[in-house]
Amino acid sequence: MSNALKDLLFKMADDALIIGHRNSEWTGIGPMLEEDLAFSSMAQDKIGHAQALYKILNDVLGEADADTLAFKREEKNFKCCQLVEQPIGEYDFSIVRQFLFDHAELIRYDMLTQSSFQPLAQLAKKVKGEIKYHVMHADTFVKLLGNGTEESKARLQTSLNYAWHLALGIFEKSEFENDLISENIFAGEEELKKRWLQKIIPIIEAASLKIPATDESKIVYGGRKGFHSEYLKPLLDEMCEVVRSDEATAEW
Amino acid sequence: MVITEITEQQIWLALENVKDPEIPVISVVDMGMITGIQLPLSDFGLRTCSITMTPTFVGCPAIDVIKKNIREEVLKLGFDEVEVKVDFETKWTSDRMKPEAKVKVEKFGLAPPVMLNDEELTEEQLNNVRCPYCQSTDTTLRSAFGSTLCRAIRFCFSCKQGFEQFKPI
Repeated sequence: MSNALKDLLFKMADDALIIGHRNSEWTGIGPMLEEDLAFSSMAQDKIGHAQALYKILNDVLGEADADTLAFKREEKNFKCCQLVEQPIGEYDFSIVRQFLFDHAELIRYDMLTQSSFQPLAQLAKKVKGEIKYHVMHADTFVKLLGNGTEESKARLQTSLNYAWHLALGIFEKSEFENDLISENIFAGEEELKKRWLQKIIPIIEAASLKIPATDESKIVYGGRKGFHSEYLKPLLDEMCEVVRSDEATAEW
Repeated sequence: MVITEITEQQIWLALENVKDPEIPVISVVDMGMITGIQLPLSDFGLRTCSITMTPTFVGCPAIDVIKKNIREEVLKLGFDEVEVKVDFETKWTSDRMKPEAKVKVEKFGLAPPVMLNDEELTEEQLNNVRCPYCQSTDTTLRSAFGSTLCRAIRFCFSCKQGFEQFKPI
């Protein structure tokens, strides 16, 4: 069972770490001060969530400490989905990604409050309250821009179309899916995806946007199994630059 | 050497001196961050205690500073060692903030969080926030994110000023 748990925790932690790093790239260059603060705050939250998940891996499942897991793993050992790896692009893409990702994240944590694995159930109760604000932020701007000008609507739709098959890759199943479900650890990616669609479709419609057509063959899988886009490696190189510069003594 | 007993009560009083670095008018006790105090008996004559705390936000960058401040303040009581542990078992919610702390927070210029009682935050609670400067409730949420993780930015239509709110969470 511990391999199934590790797989689940690593993919959640890696998603949070990588999206957190991407969010932090808006610090100082947000389109307005409030958005600069919003993405910076969400970055801080996400990296905190990643740290808490790595800590469970360390305390309960015998993995290395959080810093080692975050900064000293090879790219192929990361389990994040390819959606979170994408560069921030322009603001429309970042807000659409945040909308698609955070709704899935909120539902995932909500499901995990019922987990038979207590450390995760406890953390989920705490994290849920924080992610609600992320979702509130995303919903506000998706509706505002979708119902805004011709340009803002077109930009949002283009980003939504681009992000759609990447977002569906969030729900890539692992080989442990049935174990997680039968042990009541997590109700599974399929269930998560179902609830996610039910949640986001009415919001996309309220934003006067079209739901992109799903082509199963275009869903971007691979991330959960260590196959990543061309964007992850440069991100890791940048993120790990300080620790690699002086492995023995770097601390923060 | 006479070893006087240090009581739990003295520790609680000492903790009143440890302020939240981001809201310096309220203590970690006011915030409801302290979840336990253990005074273990030592066979070796060492006086130690262990304090558990729960952070407001999982990624709160002030955790290490708060832990350090708690340790230093409680050590002053005469302990040989003070251990401060972070636990996630007790979930911190803004409902843990004491009523008198909410008064201090408002005087500090931050709108205090409403009681959630384990319920979801409602639209009405989100809109009905009192301005800490002029007490009008004719205010609106400008951004769910402010200068620290625990704050949101609001605007008051009555006194035409921006203000911050401690987020209900």
